[in-house]
Amino acid sequence: MLKKIVANAFEATQDIQDNAVIMLGGFGLCGIPENSITALVKMGVKNLTCISNNAGVDDFGIGLLLKTRQVKKMISSYVGENAEFERQLLSGELEVELIPQGTLATRCMATGYGMPAIFTPAGVGTEVAIGKESREFDGKTYLLEHAFKSDFAIVKAWKGDAHGNLIFRATSRNFNPLMAMAGKITIAEVEELYEAGELNPDEIHTPGIYVNRIFKGSNYEKRIEQVTTRLKA
Amino acid sequence: MLDKFGIAKRIAKELQDGYYVNLGIGIPTLVANYVPNNIEVILQSENGLLGIGPFPYADEVDADLINAGKQTVTTTHGSSFFDSAMSFGMIRSGRVDLTVLGAMEVAENGDIANWKIPGKMVKGMGGAMDLVASAKNIIVAMQHVNKAGESKLLKRCSLPITGLGCVKKVVTELGVFDIVPEGFKLIERAPAVSVDYIKEKTEGNLILEGDIPEMILD
Repeated sequence: MLKKIVANAFEATQDIQDNAVIMLGGFGLCGIPENSITALVKMGVKNLTCISNNAGVDDFGIGLLLKTRQVKKMISSYVGENAEFERQLLSGELEVELIPQGTLATRCMATGYGMPAIFTPAGVGTEVAIGKESREFDGKTYLLEHAFKSDFAIVKAWKGDAHGNLIFRATSRNFNPLMAMAGKITIAEVEELYEAGELNPDEIHTPGIYVNRIFKGSNYEKRIEQVTTRLKA
Repeated sequence: MLDKFGIAKRIAKELQDGYYVNLGIGIPTLVANYVPNNIEVILQSENGLLGIGPFPYADEVDADLINAGKQTVTTTHGSSFFDSAMSFGMIRSGRVDLTVLGAMEVAENGDIANWKIPGKMVKGMGGAMDLVASAKNIIVAMQHVNKAGESKLLKRCSLPITGLGCVKKVVTELGVFDIVPEGFKLIERAPAVSVDYIKEKTEGNLILEGDIPEMILD
């Protein structure tokens, strides 16, 4: 019997230790594993290396872990929304590796596909290329970028089942399925948790083989960074 | 001289029927408001949406549905969602016809800098490095000079580079410039802007051929 369902975020994340390398799904605050971040803050694990496209905002998302100084290093593509992050970075308190967004996504994908590295043109001729191997294909230069190694990947999905199959909703998919494939241990928190067999196999985005632990999250805030609307005519 | 809406309006004239287009944050996002009615353009958002619709009505706002600028958006007829690797897959493999993005500096050889001011501002490159490394056609939308009044159309970029030799066209409040092997070729002047004024505000090599027409926006 597969035993992937756990009670909550605390049970799912209890063996995450100081110095762990963690991938966290989400784009901005969209599709972030809110329950697990809260659990990590309460557990107080320290010196984390976080791989995530963004660093949250000052008081939400990964910003909560930054505020409590639990993050040693961030690996991200864009961190413009977080003043505390920028402060810690400029003062040298926080180690940061900024990498192109497509490179970040594809390095996760490579891990999940069992490939050690990729070649990408992103960053050629920039400081991102410093110290990296490059190679020419058909007259164009590409950088060699390695697949990510991480201890845990924590993702957020819309629906999941007891086998760990996941379905994402709208643009909250983003990095989640890629990171789900890339964790040594993958934890998925979902809004709706089903018995195996209840989800349509044709609609699964992430097959359960990639997911080790799954739980039904609660009290999702789903904060929006920029509420933009139009007026009804 | 153009305001930011004018810059967006002028760039919208570059759109062609059937184009897949990625619009960056800031002025580029405004281009979506001026897509001519007689053509179909599909907007790509690198966070995983093809077919960006208009902003939602207040009662339609969906936290799971945002654009790359983290603004709430909607889908439109024929939209699709995908993950971030596929998103950059379609960019890298050359499926996106046009990329419009902002910049801090553009050099006369087409280099662009828009992601970092050392010691001052570190926001990150987001998807910009991937886009400029692969897009077939890149138009930069930006102000002609920085806050200190210095030209942003330069001989060489002074800030950390985002991509090399990739920009094809620059649209500023003063005019439209094609990047050609010799430098910035002035194609059109903004309304009521003289060639001399553009010359004065452009540090990079400016190429003037014949009479430079004033742009027609409507």
